This record gives sequence, C-alpha cells and structure tokens, in this order.
Amino acid sequence: MVKLTIDGKEVQADEGKSLLEVCTDNGIFIPSLCFLKEMTNPPASCRLCFVEVEGLPKPVPSCRQSPAEGMVVRTDTELVRRLQRSALQLLLSAHHVDCRNCHANKRCALQNIAKFLGVGLKPKRLEPLAMEFPQEREHPNFIYDPYKCVLCGRCIFVCRKRTGYGVLTFARRGIDTVVSWFGADGPDSPPCDRCGECVNACPVGALKSKETVQAPMEAAGA
Amino acid sequence: MDAARPNENDDNVTPLKVLAATLAPFDVKRENLIPILQTIQEKEGYLSPEAMKMVAKHLGVTASEVYGVASFYNQFRFHPPGKHQIKVCLGTACHVVGGEIILENFERKLGIKHGETTPDREFSVDRVACVGCCALAPVAIVDETTHGHMAPSKVEGILLGFQIEKERKEREKEQRESGSQQ
Repeated sequence: MVKLTIDGKEVQADEGKSLLEVCTDNGIFIPSLCFLKEMTNPPASCRLCFVEVEGLPKPVPSCRQSPAEGMVVRTDTELVRRLQRSALQLLLSAHHVDCRNCHANKRCALQNIAKFLGVGLKPKRLEPLAMEFPQEREHPNFIYDPYKCVLCGRCIFVCRKRTGYGVLTFARRGIDTVVSWFGADGPDSPPCDRCGECVNACPVGALKSKETVQAPMEAAGA
Repeated sequence: MDAARPNENDDNVTPLKVLAATLAPFDVKRENLIPILQTIQEKEGYLSPEAMKMVAKHLGVTASEVYGVASFYNQFRFHPPGKHQIKVCLGTACHVVGGEIILENFERKLGIKHGETTPDREFSVDRVACVGCCALAPVAIVDETTHGHMAPSKVEGILLGFQIEKERKEREKEQRESGSQQ
C-alpha cells in the first residue's frame, strides 16, 4: 500500500491498481471509455482519463499510471478538462447522436461524460462526420453500428481475454476502422456463444443484442 | 447486388491440399502471418475465407485476427479479381479533379464497392494511388489501357464497350455452333 494525495485528499492505494481505479474507488469521477479493471495493459485509447501528476511535465492518462508513495495528483485542473473536452468533442463529431431512438439512452457513457464536462452532445465547432445511410452490420447474436462505435476496444478485449472466443477484432484502418468479425461481409458467420459480454462491455449503443432489438419497449422500461 | 463469392464447388478455388503445402514451410510464429498472406495472395490472387481459416489454424490464432490484420493493409483483397480489372486513380491530382466521382460511377454502374468483384466475375473495381500520368487526371486503368480525362459518360462508354464486345462474341459463337450443326 502507498499513500498519495488526490485533489488535496490523502488516500491509501494498492500499487497494483491503476491511478484511474484508485480515483474511482475514492469517489472521484474520471471520465473514461476504454478502461476495464482486468486490463493488464490498458490501451489508453479514449484519451479521456487524463490527470495531472506533480513532477510530470504533461497530463497523463490515469489508466496507465501506477500510484506511488507521496504522489500528488490533480484531477480537475483546467488543462485536464480542456484535453477531456476536446477528446470528447472529437468522439461526438464522429458519433451518430440520436439518443432518443438509441437503445443505450440514459445509460450511455458518452451522455454521462458530456454532462459531467458540460459539453453539448452536438459540438458546434466541429463539423460532424457525414453519416448518410445506416451501416449496421448483423452478426447472428448482435447488431453492430459503426456510426455509434467509439472504437474503445472493450468488446474486443472481453471477447479475447474474458471469454477466450476471439470472435471480435478491429478491421480496416484510419477513419474506416470498425469492430468486425471473420466473415462479417459474407454468409460465413463465425462461431460464437450467446455470452453477451461484448454487448455488456459497450459503453455506448454500438452493440445491441438481438433480444434488445426485438423488444425495445421492454428494454427502455427496464 | 452482392459481390462475387467463392464457394466450395467453384473451380477457381485452389484445393485445400495445395494451400496446406503453401503453408507448410512457414514456422508457427505470429510474425509469419503477413508473409503467409502475401504468398497466398500471390498464388490465388486474393484471400478466400477458406485460406484465412487455414492460416489461422496453422498459426494458432483466431480467424478474426487474420481478417483484422489482412483488412488493415490495402495490398490484400478478399474477392477474386474480375476478368476485367478496373483501377481508378485517387492520387493527389486525380483526387483534386474528382477521381472519387469516377470511382463512384464505376461502383454504381456495376453494383459493387471498390475491392469487390461482380457476381459474374466480369469486373472488379479497385482504387489505386498515383499511376504516374497526373496530366491526364482523372485517370482509370481498365485492364492494360489507361483512360485519361475520365468523366461519368466515359465510364458508361467503357462498360458499354465491354458489353457490346461480349454480345458480339456470343453471337459469333452461336453462329459457329449453328454452322457446325448444319
């Protein structure tokens, strides 16, 4: 165990945990999309969980920072918030914001974080990405919407590491990157249990299980 | 319209035995994935689902992983090349004068996306970076012929040309056959 200061509060922490977890355990909210507790090597791809650590020249992603004895951490400086707001606005500009018709409405991490950071869901200063027609792709067990995906990689992580199926993968690259699976654009559907871990891991509404699709009213009421 | 898709009864699909022989010299190492895929594409012209599954089995990775890696690189294609290969240049000069529109025209006329092949295996459309004749932009290369200063009407003309040619050949064939019967 080590002692460190977060936002002026002295806390005790397990060195094995990430700084992000330590903050969350102590009731400090850090915006984050891609991190999961079991990750030994977090991708730090969402660029949201920044904190400032005294002695380090720049804000660091807290999911990849281990707590150390005597560390002084600030989570709510203007620099941190500016980074987080920019990152979120960029994500939102490539996100099909249609909360009213989205099955993840009210339990979407993007909504929560936008509210927390005081960012509008449709950032005006960034031109939204052209999303002309629906691009949903169907897997026997779930439906994937690339226009809602934030490419956090959580579904891929749980599919590979937690369940060991390894059905999901990133495909293509750059602006065209999507979450996909072998045989996604053919009739050759991949083997997959209906474990539903990927759908549960999605922080937004990019993945939905086929059951949710059939009974949207029920899901909204739950 | 769906893109052409190989199936097991297809003559163009190399027997799996041949594929296995191709894989054999490669060690079971993850870093061999890309060289293996390159070798297969060189021999087959594209990566079939069956080939990717075999590679996955050989290297002990999931088929998804093979697909993920292969789809990252422009050099790999997942559809067999068509009889007539159309390459639309999207290099800087062609991009500036609307190469994208030419590509879209081909795609719409043939009912396929770039990287795909029509179900009758007649045409495949690909996007390429610069082909080296920027003065002629926008450029499309159909089989071996370079078409400069492309326009949507020319797209139609090229495809119509192939259709007429095909019909002419069919007519000749019919005539020959009916001639030999007499």
